[in-house]
Amino acid sequence: MTTTLIKNGCVCNDDYTFVADYAPLPEGAVVVTLTRLRRERGELLARNTPLGVKLASDQSPEALGSDLDHLSLVVLEFPKFRDGRSFSWARLLRTRLCFKGEIRATGDFLYDQLAFMVRVGFDAFEMQGSPEAFGRALAEISNVYQPSADGRKTILDLRR
Amino acid sequence: MYRYDEFDAAFVSERVEQFRHQVQRRLTGELNEDQFKPFRLMNGLYLQLHAYMLRIAVPYGTLSARQLRMLAHIARKYDKGYGHFTTRQNIQFNWPKLVDVPDILAELATVEMHAIQTSGNCIRNVTADHFAGAAKDEIEDPRPVAETIRQWSSLHPEFSFLPRKFKIAVSGASHDRAALRFHDLAVEIVKNDAGETGYRVLVGGGMGRTPYLSYVVGDFVARPDLLAFLEAVLRVYNENGRRDNIYKARIKVLAHTLGPDEMRKLIAREFAEIKAAGTLQVAEAERKRIAAYFAPPEFDVLSDETPHSADPDFATWLKTNTHPHRAKGYAIATISLKPIGGVPGDCSHQQLDALAALLDDFAMAELRVSHEQNLVLPHVRKKDLPAVFARLKSLGLATANAGLVTDIICCPGLDYCDLANARSIPVAQRISERLAARQEEIGELKIKISGCINACGHHHAGHIGILGVDKKGVEFYQLQLGGSAAEDAAIGEIMGPGFGEHEIVDAVERVIDAYLKLRRDGERFLDTYRRIGMEPFKNVAYLEQLHAAH
Repeated sequence: MTTTLIKNGCVCNDDYTFVADYAPLPEGAVVVTLTRLRRERGELLARNTPLGVKLASDQSPEALGSDLDHLSLVVLEFPKFRDGRSFSWARLLRTRLCFKGEIRATGDFLYDQLAFMVRVGFDAFEMQGSPEAFGRALAEISNVYQPSADGRKTILDLRR
Repeated sequence: MYRYDEFDAAFVSERVEQFRHQVQRRLTGELNEDQFKPFRLMNGLYLQLHAYMLRIAVPYGTLSARQLRMLAHIARKYDKGYGHFTTRQNIQFNWPKLVDVPDILAELATVEMHAIQTSGNCIRNVTADHFAGAAKDEIEDPRPVAETIRQWSSLHPEFSFLPRKFKIAVSGASHDRAALRFHDLAVEIVKNDAGETGYRVLVGGGMGRTPYLSYVVGDFVARPDLLAFLEAVLRVYNENGRRDNIYKARIKVLAHTLGPDEMRKLIAREFAEIKAAGTLQVAEAERKRIAAYFAPPEFDVLSDETPHSADPDFATWLKTNTHPHRAKGYAIATISLKPIGGVPGDCSHQQLDALAALLDDFAMAELRVSHEQNLVLPHVRKKDLPAVFARLKSLGLATANAGLVTDIICCPGLDYCDLANARSIPVAQRISERLAARQEEIGELKIKISGCINACGHHHAGHIGILGVDKKGVEFYQLQLGGSAAEDAAIGEIMGPGFGEHEIVDAVERVIDAYLKLRRDGERFLDTYRRIGMEPFKNVAYLEQLHAAH
């Protein structure tokens, strides 16, 4: 099955090219690993095109430091769907680091996790499945008990 | 007790439909078992040795008559007529069919019950002191705190895929009846020097193959900050807990690897930020709204005398199974689910229905489930005690053994569980039969039995703990002495090589005989053990093997 990019609930063209660590850099928007960002920092930041970084699930986005200001995309990888660290990484990006760019999920995650992922700050998903299924996943539970990165009113707010 | 408002009710109903959809996708093959597993577990559904097992949450162990009747109905309609109460104050049904589970959950939702987060690598159902709201030594009823945590943790978007399960217990009394120091996280309601109420938070306790006692990470967390503090702990765990080895993934390993100083530092950083954001404060109005549901019943002004009963067994039951209540003329009564030679924790549908009738007939609003796998009547009028006892006796629920040697905590073991290495229920049954006649003479002695290293039977915390192991296809049982889950918490010490299936009951009896000879006035088994150590017990426990060797 092919993977599509669903962003803010709609199917989207992927403008970024992921570039492996020693592959030549193409024109246009690219995504690189943290290793490459560190190694070729000057060159990458000097390009006048959108830049993204892909983090493994054991890499905290705090490691990006002030480079985050130059990034328009952070891709968080799910090596297996049980690895829940990226839920905290997305939350940190939005809440602590005030990242306004795209947070994209890639790798092994499931339909049943989408609602959680949107709540902690993901807005783009490399996934199989349709926008309809995506919409359904978000609508399964109407209200939430806890505040998160989505700023939704909680059940406690609604009780007031 | 807590009543759902429209939001709670809608939440639970939608969760049922969400799970129905997941079951459909499993049945059509859209989800494979590996993918389905975490989602069925988050709804309390295990795949056991013979069938699915559904674990239903009994939040902080409180049940109403209406809920008891529903559990009886489920036992009849979907199971083999009985349920099993667990050490997490929950109830398990061992024989439901997968296709029926969404309907079972829908029926439960009509009485404000669910199976949300009774399993899986998430924040589990929150437990509390089973004497909450009734105990004489209580500072404050812990259940409003537990309910606040239950709501916050329900489908938490950040903490539903933790490295491993996460168990929270809450207590508000000076005696620890909630096994606080063996939990991943414990909240203890305390007062500071200024007389304000707040929370002491402990982290890093646990049993399993590497048992640890928790330590304090928050000396006095102010009331509005409770959830912010818990969120900080959970984030530290989610980010830093080990995910490479399932046996090292619990927070106890992280907490005891980092040590208290580093752990406190990490938590403090997250806590400061979450508190500053201000969105997770527990508003005083909401705290009071929840607390109001747990207001104690209007206690009548009653005589403190307990009437005489013609039944000679009543006096024994009164002595062992009732406990001081904070209101004059009232008592707390333990309903033992440990009949001599029976299966610890099992309860039939007839008994569940009859207990509902008992609550109604004696104007009692609720029943409790204890982590010791018993039931508790929190508010019994002393004048009703003989009649309540007579009723319990007619139901086979009047065993007078609370806290005694036949009041055994026991996991399901190899009779049900596919993790188990050995049977535990038959061992419990044989010990119970062997020692029943002498149990009053023996006094307080907590035996806890696990059928494998995962320690669901809390053997590390037993005054006498028994662990079933498998040695080349043969069941062996290790003895541990000196554990405790109470305020004098300790991890039991392993005696030595295991005992065979036919030796273990004799070994336990010899240990107890030695205690009876060596004890000083008023000493419990645990006190004697702590005074004289392992050696005198070890010397007698292996006698049989020594004889066999010669």
